[in-house]
Amino acid sequence: MSGEDKFDVIIIGAGPAGTACAYTLAKEGKNVLVIERGVTAGSKNVTGGRFYTYALDLVEPGLWKDATLERKVTHEQIMMMDGNQSITIDYSNPLFNKEGEMPQSFTILRAVFDEWFASKAEEQGAVIACGIKVDGLIEENGRITGVKAGGDEMFADLVIAADGVNSMIAREAGLVPELSDKTIGVGVKEIIELPAKTIEERFHLKPGEGASLLMLGCTEGIHGGGFLYTNNESISLGCVFTPSEAAAHGRQVHDIFQDLKMHPSIYPLIEGGKTVEYGAHLVREEGYRGIPKQLYRDGLMVIGEAAGFVLNIGYTIRGIDLAIVSGVAAARAVISGSNPGPAYLEELKNIKLLPSMKAVDGYFDLLEIHRLYETYPKVAGGVFNKMYSISGETPVSIKKGIWGVLKDNKVSLWQLVKDGIRGYRSI
Amino acid sequence: MEAAELLSLNRFEVDEEEPHIVLDKEICRTKCKSKPCLVVCPAVLYKLDKNGDITFDYAGCLECGTCRVVCKEKGITKWEYPRGTFGVSYRHG
Repeated sequence: MSGEDKFDVIIIGAGPAGTACAYTLAKEGKNVLVIERGVTAGSKNVTGGRFYTYALDLVEPGLWKDATLERKVTHEQIMMMDGNQSITIDYSNPLFNKEGEMPQSFTILRAVFDEWFASKAEEQGAVIACGIKVDGLIEENGRITGVKAGGDEMFADLVIAADGVNSMIAREAGLVPELSDKTIGVGVKEIIELPAKTIEERFHLKPGEGASLLMLGCTEGIHGGGFLYTNNESISLGCVFTPSEAAAHGRQVHDIFQDLKMHPSIYPLIEGGKTVEYGAHLVREEGYRGIPKQLYRDGLMVIGEAAGFVLNIGYTIRGIDLAIVSGVAAARAVISGSNPGPAYLEELKNIKLLPSMKAVDGYFDLLEIHRLYETYPKVAGGVFNKMYSISGETPVSIKKGIWGVLKDNKVSLWQLVKDGIRGYRSI
Repeated sequence: MEAAELLSLNRFEVDEEEPHIVLDKEICRTKCKSKPCLVVCPAVLYKLDKNGDITFDYAGCLECGTCRVVCKEKGITKWEYPRGTFGVSYRHG
């Protein structure tokens, strides 16, 4: 192996984790190669659609101003659905988006964002090689010394696997076990184009403002839910399902998702729009407890979604910000000059990634309450139906009405209390 | 919209020489009763033919990995990402 062929670091995957890592390393003068299998950075990547901005500020203060992000999220909505009825909570608070300050979060399209971000890492001096798939690792005496790609071999002091949720590379290296069909979600999504003005009218937004809408009760009882994010000139509408439950349910996830589009509370939002893309992606649902026990071995580290850095806590889903933060942590570990593996773990703590994920670990238990996906949306719908039904007949009291709805849905007081306690403990 | 119609909106570069997912249909037929791939593949690429055999076309694959994860009987004998530049290319993502 000649000196020219050897890099300080080879990163597999030019998603947010790999690129954040490459940016930070290249800025410090490290010789970095990023290998990306897509034709361009981002061309293999799919997100639900939201990004928390603080992470980009960790890479470079002010970098977000230049980023190809969509709309700043000003409206947080949760919708509970049962049949044709729905209940929506809409929360907005101008404090999250103060004039002249960095907005807390944006809607995002990954093919667009990742390509921009990779170009920024290139400006710092990182080499991004697209259209090349890493086939495997090179191991010498128990140490990872490089990668194999299309018959070529490339060597580095350190290889970083940033190859996403399926992480074939980290699995090959024995760091990450195969995913379980019970603790992941398969997400499907359509990009539906609409004029900016139409989106703003339908969601009550000013130009540049966006909405995030999460839906419960739209998965025919399967663990999962729907999502909708407003982009500049399109809507990301999708649905996530736990595969094991979808398989047991027996109806195609594609069909359930198509029904969601026709729901009377969703259709008016996308009416007249033109679907321009259909994507799918796996999401880890385990949060903190899904992080592999071993995030590094001699010559290799794992970052981003490959390392399980994803959080679904029901009312918001985070992955891109955590990926970037983990990439920065890995880069700082390398720059520190100490043994990179243990230094990486230390940086993950310092940068508050592991503590943040641990703090919300209980949500996994909350989201395991199965009645959340069908029964409780039905109960809520039933109660609202009682509240708003006025026919001139003598009404039953709301109290009686609630008991009736619970009985109709076979929910006992005991179950309600039990789920309540479990839910309270989880959060 | 039908899955095929949705897939037609995407940009694909199909690797005619090397399929990235390969099945042993004998295993699918004889060992796998539940056939979860039929319902969990977002692109609906796994289907049953008249004889009850699985048919599969890797050309419209969205590369999500769900089929690999649910395949307990190992009817999927190879699951890799397509070779560099091949497969789906998202323009929005």
